[in-house]
Amino acid sequence: MSTPLVSALPPVDRAAPTKRVLVWLCIVLAALLALPLLLPGYQISIATQILIFSILAMSIDILAGFVGRTPLGHGAIFGVSTYVVIYWTASLGGSLWVGMGLGILAATLLAAVFALLAIRTSGVYFLLLTLALGMIVWGVCLRSTGITGGENGLRGIGRPGFLVDHVHFYYAILLVTVPVTWIIWRFVHSPFGLTMRGIRESESRMRSLGYNVPLHLFLAFVASGFVAGIAGALYAVFNDFVSPSTVQLSQSVSALLMAITGGVGTLFGAFVGATAIILLENVVSVFTARWPSVLGLTFVLIMIFAPEGIVGRARILLAKRRRRS
Amino acid sequence: MPDSILTLDGVGVRFGGLKAVDDVSLCVKRGERRAIIGPNGAGKTTLFNAISGVIRPTSGRVTFEGRDVTSAPPHRRAAAGISRTFQITNLFPSLTVRENMELAIWGLVARKFSFFGSRKLTAGEDARAKRALELARLGARADVLVSALSYGEQRQLELAMTLATSPKMLLLDEPAAGLSPSERIIVADVIRALPTDLTIILIEHDMDLVLSLVDWVTCLSNGRFLAEGAPAEIRTNADIQDVYLGRARPHA
Ligand SMILES: Nc1ncnc2c1ncn2[C@@H]1O[C@H](COP(=O)(O)OP(=O)(O)O)[C@@H](O)[C@H]1O
Ligand SMILES: [Mg+2]
Repeated sequence: MSTPLVSALPPVDRAAPTKRVLVWLCIVLAALLALPLLLPGYQISIATQILIFSILAMSIDILAGFVGRTPLGHGAIFGVSTYVVIYWTASLGGSLWVGMGLGILAATLLAAVFALLAIRTSGVYFLLLTLALGMIVWGVCLRSTGITGGENGLRGIGRPGFLVDHVHFYYAILLVTVPVTWIIWRFVHSPFGLTMRGIRESESRMRSLGYNVPLHLFLAFVASGFVAGIAGALYAVFNDFVSPSTVQLSQSVSALLMAITGGVGTLFGAFVGATAIILLENVVSVFTARWPSVLGLTFVLIMIFAPEGIVGRARILLAKRRRRS
Repeated sequence: MPDSILTLDGVGVRFGGLKAVDDVSLCVKRGERRAIIGPNGAGKTTLFNAISGVIRPTSGRVTFEGRDVTSAPPHRRAAAGISRTFQITNLFPSLTVRENMELAIWGLVARKFSFFGSRKLTAGEDARAKRALELARLGARADVLVSALSYGEQRQLELAMTLATSPKMLLLDEPAAGLSPSERIIVADVIRALPTDLTIILIEHDMDLVLSLVDWVTCLSNGRFLAEGAPAEIRTNADIQDVYLGRARPHA
């Protein structure tokens, strides 16, 4: 466009990012690095699992927190990546690294298909449509016994030698998680990330400002699927086994619950939520086999008492305290 | 008509059995200041929706700058140079004033597809945002959440967001609705300060405001074209006085 309606004035500097956040990030990172010194082998692999599911929860937060569309099919996108990695390495004898690339690619393409079908909907319709699409994926994985092994699933070929050790593997996953988190953080704070939040707030306003809203929704969904694919590929190496339960609804539900427990729209809440849910699962499974019921109950309690999630609630309290002082 | 920027040919919008806009034809010249008046429910907002693409007309044709845009989606029309404000405040409430301005400014530039770039406005963009906020008397409120603004300030932001862009035609849907007299003066000042080559179509109930700002008035009633004329004629037109001026002034 040519001349704006207002004429030019000299620019002003924008506030620098708060140092406090950086300090906190350094503390958390130091704690994550020191964790293997404190935990025995079995427990460090729980920490590894938490990191992987934090990435999945962040991928959900991109949609649920920033675009304002809550997906219930991300377990399927995640699990398809896992399937591809294990099929490529165990059934076809391919290299793990190529397999992980293919897994992420498959998840991204699947997300693109989901997106084409789901972006015209919003609210509970979006939730139900992504749920239904996830169920289809689950059905296909269950039925295609020739490729997926049906209910028996597929066993992997084991981790590469240097990743067998629990602590080594933890550091390897941490080495992936940190840059992935940083990239997602950049993504949601980019100009495109702002358009995602604009769509969450008012689609009609976005349209009349010149934004092609469905295109932005599509791109956000594909980006989210790409991240879920990374988590799924890492999970393939972690778990070394995949079955329909990896793509089933409860996977989507627990991943969404992690995002919600941490606080949607907070990004780092994904880590808090994944920690809370996975620890809870480990504690609960000592006492009872009814994890799905406990999961459901947790969901209800969170939605009633802390719908803004742990990090979301903490932010509200902090803001209040700062205003008072 | 080479100097006409917007032409409506028999535009109609139906909602089920209701003809909200019924066979309206009008022609707006480049640089014209046009008011659209009429009682509540006359179809003024719906007509804006048909022009800006929020609603597709069920009949007739919308031509903007010689191009048929009848079925173009709103973002295409925005790219063609149509900008609008909303009668019912339509902002991004949990974003700051500055973020609202950023979204307004990036609507028509490639920067909106910057996936990992910085959100820092360029010097030129920042100047536009600041100037627009100052014109709309929001200069000191850039870092405030929109949800924390007063109603009047939100209406001012509606205006500021269009000011920071460079449209060819501006559709203002009751920009002063619900404002106090002093806030109305701000709105009138902002509209007067706009470049004279910008085409403006204004919906407004405050007749003093309307008649002081525009050079041509179109009156709708029950979705139909009723009359049009210069502001001076409108005050004396018997038809319009019957349906509109004669009544108690409606409030939005
Ligand atoms: N989305 C809609 N669905 C159904 N009816 C509508 C819709 N929008 C407007 N209307 C109806 O169309 C008529 C014109 O409304 P509107 O254009 O808002 O009038 P105005 O802006 O002149 O007050 C009203 O009777 C209103 O109830
Ligand atoms: Mg109206």
